[in-house]
Amino acid sequence: MIDFDHSEKIKATKELIHLVARDAMRPISREYDENEHSMPEEFWKFMWEASGGKPMGIDSSEADKKGPREGNVGACVTVEELSWGDAGLYLTIPNPGLGGAAVAAAGTPEQKERFLGRFGEGDPKWAAMAITEPHCGSDSAALQTTAVRDGDEWILNGTKIFCTAGLMAGEKSDGFIVVWATIDRAAGRAGIKSFVVESRTPGMKVIRIEDKLGIRVSDTAMIVFEDCRVPADNLLGSAEVHRSTEGFKGAMATFDATRPLVAASALGIAQAAIDMAREELGKRGLTIGYGLPDAQLTVIESDFMQIESDVHAARLLTWRAAWMMDRGKRNSLEASMAKAKAGRAVTRATQKAIEFLGPQGYSREMLLEKWMRDAKINDIFEGTQQINMLIVARRILGYSSKDLS
Amino acid sequence: MFDLELTEEQVLIRETIAGFASDKIQPIARECDEKGEIPQDVIQLGFDLGLVQSAIPEDQGGFGEERSAVTGCIVAEELGYGDLSIALHLLAPRLAAYPLIDGGTSAQKEKYLPAFAESFHAATAAIVEPRFDFDPMNPAATARRENDTWVLDGEKCFVPLAADSDLFLVTAKADDRVAAFLLERDTEGLKVGEREKNMGIKALSTSTITLAGARVPAENELGIEGSFDVARMTNQGRIALGSLAVGVAKAAYKFALEYAKERTAFGVPIAQKQAVAFILADMAIEVDAARLLLWEAAAKLDSGEDATREAFLAKRYAAAACLKITDDAVQVLGGHGYIRDFPVELWLRNARGFSSFEGLALV
Repeated sequence: MIDFDHSEKIKATKELIHLVARDAMRPISREYDENEHSMPEEFWKFMWEASGGKPMGIDSSEADKKGPREGNVGACVTVEELSWGDAGLYLTIPNPGLGGAAVAAAGTPEQKERFLGRFGEGDPKWAAMAITEPHCGSDSAALQTTAVRDGDEWILNGTKIFCTAGLMAGEKSDGFIVVWATIDRAAGRAGIKSFVVESRTPGMKVIRIEDKLGIRVSDTAMIVFEDCRVPADNLLGSAEVHRSTEGFKGAMATFDATRPLVAASALGIAQAAIDMAREELGKRGLTIGYGLPDAQLTVIESDFMQIESDVHAARLLTWRAAWMMDRGKRNSLEASMAKAKAGRAVTRATQKAIEFLGPQGYSREMLLEKWMRDAKINDIFEGTQQINMLIVARRILGYSSKDLS
Repeated sequence: MFDLELTEEQVLIRETIAGFASDKIQPIARECDEKGEIPQDVIQLGFDLGLVQSAIPEDQGGFGEERSAVTGCIVAEELGYGDLSIALHLLAPRLAAYPLIDGGTSAQKEKYLPAFAESFHAATAAIVEPRFDFDPMNPAATARRENDTWVLDGEKCFVPLAADSDLFLVTAKADDRVAAFLLERDTEGLKVGEREKNMGIKALSTSTITLAGARVPAENELGIEGSFDVARMTNQGRIALGSLAVGVAKAAYKFALEYAKERTAFGVPIAQKQAVAFILADMAIEVDAARLLLWEAAAKLDSGEDATREAFLAKRYAAAACLKITDDAVQVLGGHGYIRDFPVELWLRNARGFSSFEGLALV
């Protein structure tokens, strides 16, 4: 039955996470934005202890319980709140992250236990995913990193860029990086497999951390693989090169789970900007006249309502995509719809919020300008705006990537 | 718990109305638009679906089914998908019947509701006023009390089926509150004007009405002196109009999608060009986005909470999305979108109206 109210459990979690965002993230936001590449170790320690290495708000025991699942919807709510605090800091929270999502999506039960079991124990850990290469981003099927079998090992060679948390996962903790490489270039997509490379594996080296427009506290690594040897059973799923592109599709399915989370993060930034704009405008006596005819609305009120609706529409699309995951429905279309909409909505919302507040909004005295810089990444990573639109278009038209590229 | 699964009943209703819209409404929409009238047999078929009488209490001859604004959204969307004029015509009796069900006194219900359950009964609401800054919660029409009579003055427009209606629900400012009044056709001082000539919804008969010292007995104020909730009626209207807009947008989106797969240029279907494909993708996203906003507002209304902000924002969003999508559909069809052989120009004309329509409480 149609219901837009969250469960009591999700509501309670949201309240708790909101306090974390307000009290543990906002106060250090500016510091880690201004001092790029410095590490918020106390925050990590706090989050690691508070969350047990799990993304906060997700109840891992839930699968055993009776009744409908809501883990993905709950995760979206949590991620939105954390990103309301600081989207950059959210990305640095020690947890299985994208690398973990790939293992969860494509790994065998043994691999899941071996790679994910470590989270929640010992020191803070990270896991990352390395796909993008210097010559290819959205066209991930064109990647050139190779994996060659040698006895009981795979030997990786190539260069990966734009790997979120690559430094923390690959060198600074006992985490791992999931690396996409081809085992058979002639096979195209079917030859692309993902490999788990343990932290500090010889032959893997972080050679550069990018300086960025926003989300500066999150490390974005360039990683070189030179004859990097990993055990044969670190290949996720099957090594067989099928004629079909099942392996590649399976890896791509990771995104069905992660895109709603990225969209949720975008929503958190957008909501932060909306909340701040509303508060500041209110101080100047400007309230938003919901229900009034257009002729009685100021341009600011009209624009404000537009971004507010846009962001909320993106939120409902995001929850829908997550809800479908929870119910075991295929959600590639809906996940891309949510991601495309949320990326656009947050970009526009943060830009507009600065406009509303004029010089004050532009000043680094407020966090608004930082949020606008942070926001833009949501139009780029986890599939650019355009890639997500392309996925939506193919799905609604019933086209393959050959029909519409 | 967050859930987007329709009930079995809602699925059935959606399928029934969707079938009616595509089999009976869409095929005649163009002819109705050109002629400015809707055939009786379609109106009868619509009535037979229970669109009006389902919510009328059993005591007054209806089915007495519990009303849900969410279900109302589904019905409005599917009818809007068929044709906006025909949808508004079929639903127009609700404009008087639903406020009666929601806020009428027993006497008012007894007197007026049975007619709605018997056959298609032309009745309407006169809410909108011919002003650029019209606000349904602050109408310029006035009601002045004279002993046991209300005296109404003002002008209303976009009054659907006014020419044939026996009963008019009229909103007016009574001192500092907004009240709704039930005016019978022969009320002294109530004058139904000429049929309006609108840009769109041409198959729907709408008129201006003038209230020149119209005298209404005190017992014909809806509810008991100020008990009727005009704000809630306004919210219902916004949710209904928004859902109709989603339906119009969906019709344009689906038509453009199929057309783009068939139409070739430079040797391939134009849908294989990103410039066109992205427009279609955007349409798909916005139809879903608008629908979800409306469902959320409707769910809030159903829960009894104040849904003013949600209903207002959702209707505004849907109206803007509908205009953009229908305009984009004309663009996808190019010259074919501009000629009247294809339905998309009609949808664009209809879509433009949503920013002017208010207060049609159809859910």
